[in-house]
Amino acid sequence: MRHKKLGAAAVVAAGSMLLAACGAGGPSGGGGKVSGDKIVLGVITDESGVYADLAGQGSVTAAKMAVADFKKKYGDKAVTTDISVVDADHHDNPDTASTEAQQFYGQQGVDAIFDVPTSSAMLAVAKIAAQQKKVFIDTGGGSTEVSNASCNKYTFHYGYDTYALAFGTAKPVVEGGGKSWFITYPNYAFGQSMNSNFSKAIKDSGGTIVASDPSPFPNQSEDYSSILLKAKQMKPDVLGAMQAGGDLVSLVKQYNTFKLAKAGIQLAIGLLFISDIHSLGADVLAGDKFTEFWYWNFDDKNRAWAQEWQKAMGGSDKKPTSDQAAVYSAVTQYLEAAQRAGTDGSDAVVKQLEGYKFNDFFARNGQIRKQDHVLLHDMYLAQVKSESDMSGPWDYEKIVGTTSGQDAFQPLSENTCKM
Amino acid sequence: MSNFLQQLFNGLVAGSFYALLALGLSVIFGMLKVVNFAHGVVYMLGAFGAYLLLDRLGLPFWVALPVVPAVLWLLGMAVERVAVRRLARLDPIYNLLLTYGLALIIADVFRLLFGVSGEPYAAPPGLTGTIDLGLFNYPTYPVFVFGASIVTCLVVWFLLARTRVGVIVRAATERPELSRALGINVGRWVTPVFGFGIALGGLAGVLAAPTRSVNPNMGISVIILVFAAVVIGGLGSIFGSVVAGYAIGIIQSLGAVYVPVLSGVLVFIVMAAVLLVRPAGLFGREETAK
Repeated sequence: MRHKKLGAAAVVAAGSMLLAACGAGGPSGGGGKVSGDKIVLGVITDESGVYADLAGQGSVTAAKMAVADFKKKYGDKAVTTDISVVDADHHDNPDTASTEAQQFYGQQGVDAIFDVPTSSAMLAVAKIAAQQKKVFIDTGGGSTEVSNASCNKYTFHYGYDTYALAFGTAKPVVEGGGKSWFITYPNYAFGQSMNSNFSKAIKDSGGTIVASDPSPFPNQSEDYSSILLKAKQMKPDVLGAMQAGGDLVSLVKQYNTFKLAKAGIQLAIGLLFISDIHSLGADVLAGDKFTEFWYWNFDDKNRAWAQEWQKAMGGSDKKPTSDQAAVYSAVTQYLEAAQRAGTDGSDAVVKQLEGYKFNDFFARNGQIRKQDHVLLHDMYLAQVKSESDMSGPWDYEKIVGTTSGQDAFQPLSENTCKM
Repeated sequence: MSNFLQQLFNGLVAGSFYALLALGLSVIFGMLKVVNFAHGVVYMLGAFGAYLLLDRLGLPFWVALPVVPAVLWLLGMAVERVAVRRLARLDPIYNLLLTYGLALIIADVFRLLFGVSGEPYAAPPGLTGTIDLGLFNYPTYPVFVFGASIVTCLVVWFLLARTRVGVIVRAATERPELSRALGINVGRWVTPVFGFGIALGGLAGVLAAPTRSVNPNMGISVIILVFAAVVIGGLGSIFGSVVAGYAIGIIQSLGAVYVPVLSGVLVFIVMAAVLLVRPAGLFGREETAK
């Protein structure tokens, strides 16, 4: 099956390269007008795999909402009234994501790509963005690699990254007495980045690491008993789980089966989305602390947006995740930058985005750092409520602390990005 | 030493799911010469069946355990009658495509209905404790899973070895040419045996619900390992695929502890090595492997 898919992907890739070589690559950079008198936005996301609920159609809907709201705001004064959204499913596969990005930028006239969960796929898209000189705003992929060694002029990291997750979670846990850690991480770009950032954050906060073991990704067996048992025998204070989505759900179920909590090993989760809490049930995770970058029930602004999103999703009873909110905000900021620049030319838009300070329902005290293209904004320490504390459905989180963007994200002194 | 034994036991527990799935797969293959690509989806249906019974009707795990496989048995027989049978005389590729297509459709329908994050399903009360296995303490539920899979395999072995249907299934599986030459009428048993194989897959799914993420993709990933078990054990060898199912669980478990970096591919390295030495698998016969 995989062979056929790869084969097809290769044909498409070869085709798109041929077209690009023939000069169909489209204009880029500079210019004072909107190419083709329209702006096309591409959402590359996971529409069927483990991240489809936390991103997926919810992200596509968020992008479309942002476009509609932008049109309403500017009417005839908008940089162009012809703005559309196209989307593609990358199946968590970097090769597929890369092919789709080439096709989007090359043939479909896409001006900017958004979302792209799964760090390995996200890094593949960043590479294409640099080659094609087109904007890419990553909200879904977490690896700090994209704002360090693999950074480039056209790629932005928007929402969260593995550094912010690691320092946001590890520091309070270590300070609360969780000194020794056993880390388990999924063995791909995101997990590896989480492992190195958490290791650093734990050591910097005065903790130690007894072991850090990779688990396969994707994990066909969904079996974590060996790792859990090994952890139980090593008796760390904390089990740091860096898995995400369905993998995380299986791991937490088995963490409970093997009664690690009773053995005095608390669970710290690297990246937790509200969709994961919903699927595990609040009581399974009650009391667990994690780093959150947006929560629907934080204030009226957030609640209002969540309600709009649910309406746009056809009356869904689900609440939006932080990633889906980030996509809306990122699309809005891209369009605003194009409006200020008066063009969709990549270089002009990038110039408008760099260093830009703003506040919206997603990014509080937001600022896009010029040096590494990371969006700095308030980050939160959240705690999972127990079912008895919940005031209604999806009221899963309690925000127990806020860190300013300057303190939450990687300091420039440690950053290795050279644009 | 106790650590090692405990990890070995982990492997047997994980292998219990593969063994049950591989058992169903090879019973179906043996009787019908159909490689059931929908077997992973059957596993998913088993888990969702348990979830739906609990969530919609309030029926606990102990009810789901017999009811879900029984319902899937009937469903399996219906699919055999309506679809699989019609393609049986054609090239096996047609039934392979049929089951693969069914798998994609069913998985997508569940994705539309339930999303991919998975549904909550807690371990049944009464099995949440730990028990003393002599050498070490172990959580009760995984021990129950292992016990259930061993008992099921023994029951199937008894049926195969001691009953008339069993003899026919074995004959058709192990010496297909010879059975046909001797004029054994296997036709009337085809439908119930297909349903039985499906029921075994569903049973594995029910057992998985309390300990794995219950989501529409769960079958797609596990089926790859189950196919590896069937290939290692020898296509057409029922005994071989069960043994290989447990073996794969052990390989993965020990791999995760001693060579974590390789734990994802170790099974396939073993599979490649087995195929190099014995192209028909460990317990396979050249005749059935053709």
